[in-house]
Amino acid sequence: MDIPCDHKKTNYKHMKLDFEHIPAGHCENGVISSLLKYHGLNLSEAMIFGIGSGYFFAYMPFVKVNGIPLASFRPVPGMIFARAAKRLGIKMKKQTFRGQPKRAMDELDKVLEKKLPVGVQAGVFHLSYFPPAYRFHFNAHNMTVYGKEGDTYFISDPVMEYPTTLTYDELKKVRFAKGPLSPNGKMYYPIEIPKEIDLKSAIHKGIKQTADWMLTIPVPLFGVKGIRYLSKRMRNWPEKLGPKKAAAYLAQMVRMLEEIGTGGAGFRFIYAAFLQEVAEIMQDQRYFELSKEMTKIGDKWRTFSSLAAKTCKGRSSDPDGYNTVANLMLEIADDEEKFFIELKKLIN
Amino acid sequence: MEINKVPQDEGITAGITREIQYAVDENGKYVKTFSKGWEPKNIVNELAWDDIHDNMNDANEKILAGKASPIMYFMAKNQMNVALLAEYVEIPKWRVKRHLKPRGFKKLKQEQLENYAKVLGITVDELLNYKTKN
Repeated sequence: MDIPCDHKKTNYKHMKLDFEHIPAGHCENGVISSLLKYHGLNLSEAMIFGIGSGYFFAYMPFVKVNGIPLASFRPVPGMIFARAAKRLGIKMKKQTFRGQPKRAMDELDKVLEKKLPVGVQAGVFHLSYFPPAYRFHFNAHNMTVYGKEGDTYFISDPVMEYPTTLTYDELKKVRFAKGPLSPNGKMYYPIEIPKEIDLKSAIHKGIKQTADWMLTIPVPLFGVKGIRYLSKRMRNWPEKLGPKKAAAYLAQMVRMLEEIGTGGAGFRFIYAAFLQEVAEIMQDQRYFELSKEMTKIGDKWRTFSSLAAKTCKGRSSDPDGYNTVANLMLEIADDEEKFFIELKKLIN
Repeated sequence: MEINKVPQDEGITAGITREIQYAVDENGKYVKTFSKGWEPKNIVNELAWDDIHDNMNDANEKILAGKASPIMYFMAKNQMNVALLAEYVEIPKWRVKRHLKPRGFKKLKQEQLENYAKVLGITVDELLNYKTKN
């Protein structure tokens, strides 16, 4: 189906689309899920996440965020979205406007005028409606713009409980945030959604890639090998880095697991929710049983966060705290390995 | 995670919003539910802010010792390093480094001061008359 565009001139002064704000665990999946829902395709955030193979682990000591090596529980921003769209056969229009903020805003207005809600990438440091404690220089945030009245844009930000607004200048500023992953005014919206979607095939592809990436990448930094590698490195942090920096490193991990946008436990609970939906679609109870295993894995990551935060708080150089969480990570790596071997059996 | 165990520890959400937490309900089915926050998250977030405050204090010490200009303090307050500040003010890094020294700062023209002030979220007055608090 082609997305119907209403080319009639709308009253430009006031234009607010009938767009449902759906709070989500994660911004990227949340935006896609609600954009698709606007066009009549009902897929949950968890379903998009699973199809887009959002579950991952990567430890990249050569990529530093504020001087701290990056440990990530998801693939690079934009990837979940690209994979999910491809597997579902959805065509998205994507535009960036390097160094052209005015054009980026004009183009946004034009698309809104066609009565299409638009996904935009944004930096969060200048995001006026965010709680102050959230506001760091992180540029891969996503939100939907669904209308405009005078100078005010209507915003549906999936990580916020309620819909919100930004002024023209505020929106322009966050769309042109500087630094790593700068959005350069990036915006996107679906232009074609197929009438028939082969959901089962999309789910299979999503699961297969997640299992492969977790189990078989021949580099020790990714998947379950990455978890084991980081566990080994972590034991030396207090001695190698001193108490202050070691705490900062460990704290950063907990933030990647829990801070805005993972749905809890570094996306592990979202994945468990995805598997429950799969059980229903495939009419196969085995996915439901595996979902329970995934919940247990998520609970262990929560225990990790809880213990790690205690260790960070005291900024203690006592290696015991670090050894405890490193041991727990080894246990989790074993669990995740076992889990994906079992899951892979279901789709072969 | 079970729905009745979803933590509600107010902290970084500051009463402004609540976060989505995925949890299983009484029937073992996953649902999205709201959480006001979780203490471990509050702890690690606070730690990140402690580091920012440390950078601000370091900047103040350098300013007091006559080794840095007020830009250093506001750069730290805005969580920026030289590279990011240079991107925002659209000035090469080596020149920003000069402006971080008292000598280079004194030579700034009104226009450049306005540029810095705008990026740093303050007025030119606040930038010029910044006094470190001891």
